[in-house]
Amino acid sequence: MAEQPIEPIHQFKITNIFDIGTFGGDGTTGGIHLAFTNSALFMVLTVGAIGLFLIWGSARRAIVPGRTQLMAEMAYEFVANMVRTTAGHEGMKFFPLVFSLFMFILVANLFGMFPYFFTVTSQIIVTAMMALLVFFTVVIYGFYKNGLKFLKLFVPPGIPIYILPLVVVIEIISFLSRPLSHSLRLWGNMLAGHIVLKVFGGMVVALLAAGAWGIVSIAPFAMAVALTGLEFLVSALQAFVFAVLTCVYLHDAMHPGH
Amino acid sequence: MDPEAAKLMGKLIGAGIACIGMGGAGVGVGVIFGNYLSGALRNPAAAAAQFSNLIFGFAVTEALGIFSLVIAFLLLYAV
Repeated sequence: MAEQPIEPIHQFKITNIFDIGTFGGDGTTGGIHLAFTNSALFMVLTVGAIGLFLIWGSARRAIVPGRTQLMAEMAYEFVANMVRTTAGHEGMKFFPLVFSLFMFILVANLFGMFPYFFTVTSQIIVTAMMALLVFFTVVIYGFYKNGLKFLKLFVPPGIPIYILPLVVVIEIISFLSRPLSHSLRLWGNMLAGHIVLKVFGGMVVALLAAGAWGIVSIAPFAMAVALTGLEFLVSALQAFVFAVLTCVYLHDAMHPGH
Repeated sequence: MDPEAAKLMGKLIGAGIACIGMGGAGVGVGVIFGNYLSGALRNPAAAAAQFSNLIFGFAVTEALGIFSLVIAFLLLYAV
């Protein structure tokens, strides 16, 4: 215990696997330091796992599907149904974006549940980049498709004229805070879940070191097992939530009037 | 009191206070799921179609709890 304190946030530390080098700067300040980190390694692993799964699943294309093909088709149908119900049939042109985001987040979250694996989605930079991608897709496509009518998004119909300025300000603030809440939700859930798991694991270790009272460590151990189950649920749920919100925002981009 | 110790004390107390905000998110999530359940029991046929609305409301409400968690983390590790 004394020589190695249990640190619940140590698991999120980014380490360099191999350095690529520093570009620009004068050696002491500035410059961009590029390195292949454990975060990058697990992003590559995530993409590789998804690619293998989908390529393998669609390689045979039998009329009576095998197990892998069935799973790949279920994943496709699940996301396609979600896009159709929340973004409309028109939204199916964004199906590749939503499917990629859903599969990446789902597999990255589930990878994070393996012991000693790095959780990519517990890094705010990763979730922020995905949320900003969605945000700018919505803004650019909204203006491209609707022109200036896209600004009707900020003017809800049926509002009395005397409180309209206040509502417009609130709508603009809520629109601009979307990428913030979109990214923080996924990041916060993964970070908090993994910290809680480590805290309960640390309690088990601390109680086992306490001699005869070690028998009490069964309680936090049972809690850690239950929380692991909950974390699997949260992993899938947060991937679903991220994809549903992407669809809702895309629906706004296509139909800003209502 | 030593200024460093006072700063640490303020950080820890502030992080604890920030976590109170999660109680509000807990109430909100409870209201959403409770109302969904009572609605689903009255009209089970319509329940499945509202599932994605349920998840959407849950996600939007839960984000507010996550914000207070973020404030707690900022106080603990970034101040």
